[in-house]
Amino acid sequence: MSGLRIAGYAWLALVLVFLYAPIFVMAAMSFNASPFYQLPFEASFRWYEDLAANTAIRAAATRSVLIALAAMTIATVLGTAAALALFRYDFRGKRVLQVLLFPPIAIPWLITGTAMLIFFFAIGLGRGTPAVLIGHVALALPYVIVVVNARLASFDRTLEEAARALGAGPWTVTRRVTLPWIAPGVVAGALFAFAVSFDQFVVSYFLAKPGDATLPVLIYTAIRKGFTPEINAVSTLIIGASMALMLVVARFFSFGGHR
Amino acid sequence: MAGTLNAGEGRRAAGLLAPAYLWLTLAVFMPLSAMLFFSFLTAPPFGNEPVAATLANYFAFFETGTYGRLLWKSVKLGLWVTGLCILIGYPCALVLAKQIRGRAREALFLLVILPFWSNSLVRIFSWAIVLRGNGVLERALDLVWPGDVRLGLMFTPAAVVIGLVHSYLPYVILTSYLALQAIDDDIIAAARSLGAGRLTILRRLVLPLSLSGLLAGAVLIFVPVVGSFMEPRILGGRFGTYYGTVVEDQFVAVFNWPLGAALSFILLAVVLLILALSSPILRKGLQ
Repeated sequence: MSGLRIAGYAWLALVLVFLYAPIFVMAAMSFNASPFYQLPFEASFRWYEDLAANTAIRAAATRSVLIALAAMTIATVLGTAAALALFRYDFRGKRVLQVLLFPPIAIPWLITGTAMLIFFFAIGLGRGTPAVLIGHVALALPYVIVVVNARLASFDRTLEEAARALGAGPWTVTRRVTLPWIAPGVVAGALFAFAVSFDQFVVSYFLAKPGDATLPVLIYTAIRKGFTPEINAVSTLIIGASMALMLVVARFFSFGGHR
Repeated sequence: MAGTLNAGEGRRAAGLLAPAYLWLTLAVFMPLSAMLFFSFLTAPPFGNEPVAATLANYFAFFETGTYGRLLWKSVKLGLWVTGLCILIGYPCALVLAKQIRGRAREALFLLVILPFWSNSLVRIFSWAIVLRGNGVLERALDLVWPGDVRLGLMFTPAAVVIGLVHSYLPYVILTSYLALQAIDDDIIAAARSLGAGRLTILRRLVLPLSLSGLLAGAVLIFVPVVGSFMEPRILGGRFGTYYGTVVEDQFVAVFNWPLGAALSFILLAVVLLILALSSPILRKGLQ
């Protein structure tokens, strides 16, 4: 093996250490008895016991999961419908509609979040869980449309035409021919939508009512007040859950664009 | 063929598209318009104060110089983070796309981009634990380095850069990798058989062919970093005042929403300018 190849592997290994080391340190410290992350390490579950007893964190976690499930459902239905229309029909302005999907992804969330805050106050909705949900769905929608579209690209259009020629109506064609084919894309899009909502901090931060915070907002507030090992424990659980979720997504959607 | 839907098709297309795009209009495009409107007001229109139209919020940006300096500070932060991500990420993508084969490549690639899809706030928090004084990093260095090591990295601009590079590194690896693996290995083999050295192949062949992916990744990193506020708050301490944190303050601490709206909109203008200038590259790089 040449020196350059070894250097290549070493570089990749270093990058992986850089990416994962802090996460492992955080996870390890959540099992450390010292509240100030002092070493030597002394194994303990006390922070997880504290966490289980902490009703504020539990309430925020439940709220986050419920919002993510709702955002996922709405974004998946609306996004799949839009992706189908963009795939099936050619019409003037289609390019514009496709380009309009990028602002929610590309504009910094700080700008989107503050703009939503202003607008929701202006129309009388104000802060709170409904505002958070509306915002999350908007952020997740473009991901669903893009992911379902990617799956549709490999769909043979003549299948729909054949079904139609055999007398199936548009709804039957969609339900019996198109949807089964794009199902993996829809599942991947739905999981992306869940992740976008569940991990979302910035937009929730501006839209959540104090006292009605989502989990990331609660964590941010706690970090700024001072470190607490309970936050460490809940953070470890969150990162474990979201990584496990993405491993599931990877079964349905090839990130590398090849398989 | 564009614009040739019959009435039934048109109705069905509109029915499928309308819910999603109405939602985006209500939740993204109307708020952005409302923010622009707000930025020209003297006070929020739902308070008790009288409201008038004004350009004062935009003058504030140019008069004091403070906001301009902070915007420049945030732009510099964006350049630093983007540059480091490219230097670290591109070689990594190169190794993944051209050196490793088969299932190992798929698994390693997934491993590299997995953190990107996990909670960014939590990952920044994990750096706070690593970098804090007498924390894990300093204690670990104590073991391999004689004497008492004091890096003092926590609450410095360096800590902010480290955290942001960690957050956005997978972006540039992802986009570069997609561009790199689209390069036909036969072209590289042909260049080699014609006598080109490794450096020549990289400089004259691989880099130009993957440049669009690299630049797309760079833009996707630069834009959110310029608008970042959570990372500087957690890792920057008293050095953590950036443009993003000042905008945040207007909305959650100072409650000067019209000024916040104007500052947000100036940032949006900068971001849109960058996106517009790079849109040909982005379109090519993200295909």
